[in-house]
Amino acid sequence: MNNGNLELTERRYPASRQNPSTNKRLVGAVLSFILLLSLSLMGCARTNTADSGSDSASGSGEKRAIQNKGSDTLVNIALAWAETYRQIEPDVSIAVTGGGSGTGIAALINGTVDIANASRAMKEKEITAAQENGIEPFEIVVAIDALAVIVHPDNPVEGLTLQQLADLYTGRITNWKDVGGSDAPVVLLSRETNSGTHVYFLEEAVRLGDSENKDIFAPQTLLMPSSVGITSELRRNPNAIGYDGLGYVDPEHEKIIPISREDGMPYVQPSVETALDGRYPLARNLFMYTAGEPTGDVAAYLDWIKSAAGQEIVSRLGFVPLESNE
Amino acid sequence: MNEHNRPHTSTEGTSMKTREASGPSKMTARSLWENLKDQSASELIIENLIRLSGISVIVVVTLIFFFLLREGSAAFLDIPLRQLFGSRWYPIEGLFGLWPLMVGSFWVTIGAVVIAVPLGLTTAIYLGEIAPLWQREILKPFIEVLAGIPSIVLGFLGWVALAPIIQNLGAPSGLTAFTGSFILAYMSLPTIISITEDALYAVPKEYRDGSLALGATQWQTIWRVVLPAARSGIVMAIMLGIGRAIGETMAVMLVTGNAANIPEFGFGALFQPIRTMTATIAAEMGEVAQGSLHYNVLFGIGIVLFVVTSGINLLATRLVGGRGKRRPGGRL
Repeated sequence: MNNGNLELTERRYPASRQNPSTNKRLVGAVLSFILLLSLSLMGCARTNTADSGSDSASGSGEKRAIQNKGSDTLVNIALAWAETYRQIEPDVSIAVTGGGSGTGIAALINGTVDIANASRAMKEKEITAAQENGIEPFEIVVAIDALAVIVHPDNPVEGLTLQQLADLYTGRITNWKDVGGSDAPVVLLSRETNSGTHVYFLEEAVRLGDSENKDIFAPQTLLMPSSVGITSELRRNPNAIGYDGLGYVDPEHEKIIPISREDGMPYVQPSVETALDGRYPLARNLFMYTAGEPTGDVAAYLDWIKSAAGQEIVSRLGFVPLESNE
Repeated sequence: MNEHNRPHTSTEGTSMKTREASGPSKMTARSLWENLKDQSASELIIENLIRLSGISVIVVVTLIFFFLLREGSAAFLDIPLRQLFGSRWYPIEGLFGLWPLMVGSFWVTIGAVVIAVPLGLTTAIYLGEIAPLWQREILKPFIEVLAGIPSIVLGFLGWVALAPIIQNLGAPSGLTAFTGSFILAYMSLPTIISITEDALYAVPKEYRDGSLALGATQWQTIWRVVLPAARSGIVMAIMLGIGRAIGETMAVMLVTGNAANIPEFGFGALFQPIRTMTATIAAEMGEVAQGSLHYNVLFGIGIVLFVVTSGINLLATRLVGGRGKRRPGGRL
């Protein structure tokens, strides 16, 4: 036991030497917090001056930046647009970030972006909030997307009606056997509520496009932070059902379920064609919003996006290009 | 009596050393005075720096508290309490029921505690009382590495490796409260182990010697003498571990499924997807317009979290404080 005593004293010293380092860490934490606080204060200050900032950006200068943020559905297209546009107009740099349509629209309302990407139209509430901040949102349709309903490849279900889809997602149907599948519980996957895809799906599928309908997602719906979250859970879970933009679906690993508008009507696979002619029920417009009618660089950029060159990128990424440029 | 038996604290050590250095009679009175003056000047600076950092912590905490109150109080004022503690969280439709989020945080934390406390305590006992030095020297760095793994990495591991296992065990989805608990348990283990080990270490050697001399076995000594003596430190370790578990965000967000669901009370609840308060704030804060009700409610959740963690800390100090203040050994 004497030996043990020696060990004890040996160990004490390193322990006491640790104290200053924890103290340092504490000071570091405090300092970084103060830094964070001042940064966020600066962020608040920037909110108020963002308008003048974007004005000067669209004026003549050496380095002109466009801030572009929002929908995760649009983020891949927006990135491709920004990259291609850099070759056409090297003086304009476009910073693209995702985060969800709600995030982009909130940033537009708070005045921190030039262009907000959204996979849904702005809500009345959001437009009012923007107007209160002195911002008049200007809407541009930039592409069309078909929302694919996807399941695990082993799932035997061959098609769903919109009504069945609504019943599944509101929790009225909880077993696959009620919609022609095997006897297994349904695991519902959805995007987070800040996603435009979530809101679109809520309005068109869960509520069947009826604005009086107040149904919402069943509480047991798993809310995934990203499209990738949905697809990777779906690939390993034979009981899961999810939805995602057509451009993000990999038909080799996920099974796309054909959707019928009503019982008795044909089941339609989502595709560029069926989305454009309106046969596929879950097709939607993808939007970009600017603060007021766009001018200068932003207007030039948006015009280019709507041109044949911009729309070519849309179809290359698996989305549906605007009709006028077909 | 414990105080006297403890090894030298670091301040005692330094003062001894300085006395030795300036003590010899060779030194003239003048140089001694210079030396003292130098020392007192640097001491003054150091003392004030330390004081400043101490005060800054208080200031920052107060600022955080007022910021939280300012942004979050509207949630409690504008929304009727019955709705605020309702069973449905769906903010885009104005349903701000915090109850499922609280229940979610509760289950994840309980699960984490159930896994982490026995594992942590036994590991600490092994390290502190049983393991020979060489084993301890191997084990300790591993525990430190565990403490150093970023939470998102553990969360990713949970998503990739643990969730499929849990799904294979029969859960409809692998993304459950238990998956989160398991990850959180491993995240709070280093805290629990190192604080418990410190508490065990602070138990005077005489206690063990006395017990062994009376004929108790090593296990009897650990269970009947050392553990009770280190009780207050162990309680502290568990409480800090719980605090770590409640506050964790990213890993939990990845693996719990984020369904604002209220599982039926019982063991099965652990294998249901849930949504925690922290994950809700993290997932939704980016989306809200500043100053909207939703924004206020998210800060309201922050207040709830703040109150809960402060409560736990307070409880911990109460439990520890009752048994002899700052005397790690406690009383028998």
